Amino acid sequence: MEQQELHVTVNGEAHTLTADPDSPLLDVLRAGLGLAGPRFGCGLGLCGACMVIIDGRARTSCDYPAWAAEGTTVTTVEGLRDGDRLHPVQQAFLDEQAAQCGYCTSGMIVAAAALLAANPAPAEQEVREALDGNLCRCGVHGRIVAAVLKAAARRPSGQAAR
Amino acid sequence: MTLPPREAEPPPGARTPPPGAETSSPGARTPPPSLAAISSLAANPVLSSWLALSPGGTVTIFSGKVEYGQGVWTALAQIAAEELDVALPRITVAPVSTDGSPDEGVTSGSLSIQHSGSALRQACAQARAVLLAAAASKLRTAPTALTVDDGQILAAGRPTGLSYWSLASPGLLDRAAGAPVPVKPPGRWSVAGRSAPRIDLPDKVTGRPRFLHDLVLTGMHYGRVVRPPALAAELLSTGDPTLPPDVRTVRDGSFLGVVAPTDAAALRAARLVAKAARWHVTESLPDDGDLKRFLLSSPAEEVPVESRRDEASAAAATTIRTAEYTRPFLAHASMAPSCAIARWDGGAVTVWSHSQGVFALRDAIAAGLGLDPALVTVHHAEGAGAYGHNGADDAALDAVLLARAVPGRPVRVLWSRADEMGWAPLGPAMLARLSAGLDHDGRIVTWRQDVWSNGFIGRPGRGGEPRLLALAHLAGGRPMPPAPDGPPTGAMGSTRNAVPGYHIPDLEVVRHRLLTMPVRTSSLRSLGAFLNVFAIESFMDELAECAGADPVQFRLAHLTDPRAVRVIEEAAALAGWAGRPREDGLGYGVGYARYKGLAGYCAAVAEVAAENDVRVRRLWLAVDVGTVINPDGVVNQVEGGAIQSTSWATRERVTFDRARITSVNWDTYPVLRFTEAPGVAVRIVAAPGQPETGAGEIAQGPVAAAIGNALADATGARVRDLPLTREQVIRAIERS
Repeated sequence: MEQQELHVTVNGEAHTLTADPDSPLLDVLRAGLGLAGPRFGCGLGLCGACMVIIDGRARTSCDYPAWAAEGTTVTTVEGLRDGDRLHPVQQAFLDEQAAQCGYCTSGMIVAAAALLAANPAPAEQEVREALDGNLCRCGVHGRIVAAVLKAAARRPSGQAAR
Repeated sequence: MTLPPREAEPPPGARTPPPGAETSSPGARTPPPSLAAISSLAANPVLSSWLALSPGGTVTIFSGKVEYGQGVWTALAQIAAEELDVALPRITVAPVSTDGSPDEGVTSGSLSIQHSGSALRQACAQARAVLLAAAASKLRTAPTALTVDDGQILAAGRPTGLSYWSLASPGLLDRAAGAPVPVKPPGRWSVAGRSAPRIDLPDKVTGRPRFLHDLVLTGMHYGRVVRPPALAAELLSTGDPTLPPDVRTVRDGSFLGVVAPTDAAALRAARLVAKAARWHVTESLPDDGDLKRFLLSSPAEEVPVESRRDEASAAAATTIRTAEYTRPFLAHASMAPSCAIARWDGGAVTVWSHSQGVFALRDAIAAGLGLDPALVTVHHAEGAGAYGHNGADDAALDAVLLARAVPGRPVRVLWSRADEMGWAPLGPAMLARLSAGLDHDGRIVTWRQDVWSNGFIGRPGRGGEPRLLALAHLAGGRPMPPAPDGPPTGAMGSTRNAVPGYHIPDLEVVRHRLLTMPVRTSSLRSLGAFLNVFAIESFMDELAECAGADPVQFRLAHLTDPRAVRVIEEAAALAGWAGRPREDGLGYGVGYARYKGLAGYCAAVAEVAAENDVRVRRLWLAVDVGTVINPDGVVNQVEGGAIQSTSWATRERVTFDRARITSVNWDTYPVLRFTEAPGVAVRIVAAPGQPETGAGEIAQGPVAAAIGNALADATGARVRDLPLTREQVIRAIERS
């Protein structure tokens, strides 16, 4: 197993790591950096539990090779909050009690934050489409959509997304 | 929060409440006559096994019921806060462990609020009394002169300087619960009975480590199991894979696994080991395209479930209808694959598991490996949502078997997604054959229901068997015996809700439990109720059509229980049933059941569009779950149940070839997505004074039935085989 140096900025902090370039970015984040937020669900990019924002786009990290993350900026659910202040999507998830088991929640929040950064005032159908790659087995879909719409409504329009 | 003194406060250690206690507290909830009626407390009577006053002004409560996203910890904390008169944030819930938690069996059957809630409520009421008596003794006054405000002891409404925490002397609560004392009536609740935010969600929205999957123990290594390539397979040879020196291979019979310093290394090694291994595969599975034949032709045990004969009424039948309804095997398909950590220290074994029943798991591991259960400890840590008996227990044994190879070192095992879908127990395929007769007035006078299924009661320890996956693979292991199905009465197993709740004079219900189990089955949310209610409620619509009656009115005409009538009327009103639009390709249907025939009531109305696909657009539900602890928690559970039921009813079907499960990922086992999920409206029907019932499973059957009926309304074709897909609709139209 070949190891390479990997330069990646995670949640605002520049890291130089040694990693197997073919290993998934998810492993780098969890095992390498000790981040628990991105979660393993399927390993094939089919469920969204591992989603992170890579250079502004929400992507599954379980099938994203470490070598491709070289030089990128990655935000995980841990990096969304501003000090003590939760990201509006996180706050809206609490306000709407938009979770049951919460295993998919990190990926949902990351996908929603990326959506609102690109489209600050999405229609309900746009929210549903943006989250279609995120599976929720507990059936909390309605609350999650409501939370994302609530977060969108609270954001001053034009505010840059973190 | 200051409350008037409760007149029924017993002196410490009192075995009976003072005379007149029940009549002197108007509105107080009359306690059960004996501790035996509070089963969890009777089994674990020491007060300190339920709560502890912790430093820093908090109260730790102990429950045997585990959290897996259903919000039970929040509701239990509300119950404790209410009875102790402390603010909710003071309550901490201790993780469940065989070392220290009360043994309340398995967290299943929608019984946590009844079991753990009633025990905690009574334990807290008695602990409060003990503490007030201690305060009264210090203050030289009577306990009845004292009140509690957020744990502070007040006399005549003024602080006394005493609090629960200043009074808490070591051992104070190490006493057995006395006879039940009156508890606070719901009319005086200020914490319970109101929506409270879930105590576990702040961690979950910020990504803090909380799940077992996040737990990293010092020196921990990582294990992976190499499962056989088929459900029935024998390992002939491991071959000679080239592995790094720090990887250890573990083989015992046909159980094969690896342990490595990192999960990535373990995964790589497992792939090499899998590639090199040689197996003898036996084709052991039936045709997944003909489940009816499998169910009806397998050897089965026939057991009467209910029989009330009224031959005179039955003879009045002028129309007889018969129909068969089926469901396929269903997967738990939890968002996280099963995970466990184990450490093998000499003779002692410590396990971390997301099992729903840590005590049963402890005993099953001990029995399976010939260990003394006293040397096995199982700690619970949260996993993803659990909807029944999934792979958690099996993963725990896997971890123990791999940890045994590296004594003293914790070993974590994570299943792959494919193993989760292919090896965890499944909800069994089922067939219900219904036959009923209507008299000339369109009333049901006779009903017979036969249910074919594998057993649902396959958790560890059931039927006296450890029932853990790897035990069948170990050298000298034997195949897992077919799952039991519980006693035929008491709404267990496949016959849960097999007895219709309608007034029918002549009725017979029979269970046919399969005696072979080619595909391993066990408990999945609502057990047989999902198919039985789908069948009964579909059939009710078919009978209503025969009788020329409106589906809602037809049901109401066969019900006498006012709570049943009320939920159906409320759901119909919520959905605008009477004024529902009549459009081509759009249909509305209703479904109703009282879960288990004795628990929560649920009625659902579905709006289904059947154009290119079967699309459930909206669901309206009304539920009566008795006294409610956390209304938003109930609504969340019912919404979730409704959406999961929609997924089961319209999308899900486990597939297999003759050797193995083939629906092993989200592309081959699709579940409902955001663009497909219906809007769900839930109304809780108030039921003051009625006992609490669970809410987590009540929606499964009624929602599936409402969807089936709405689909028939939309298309004119009745689909009786789940899932209700486009292909099934086309087949039904061709048949009709």
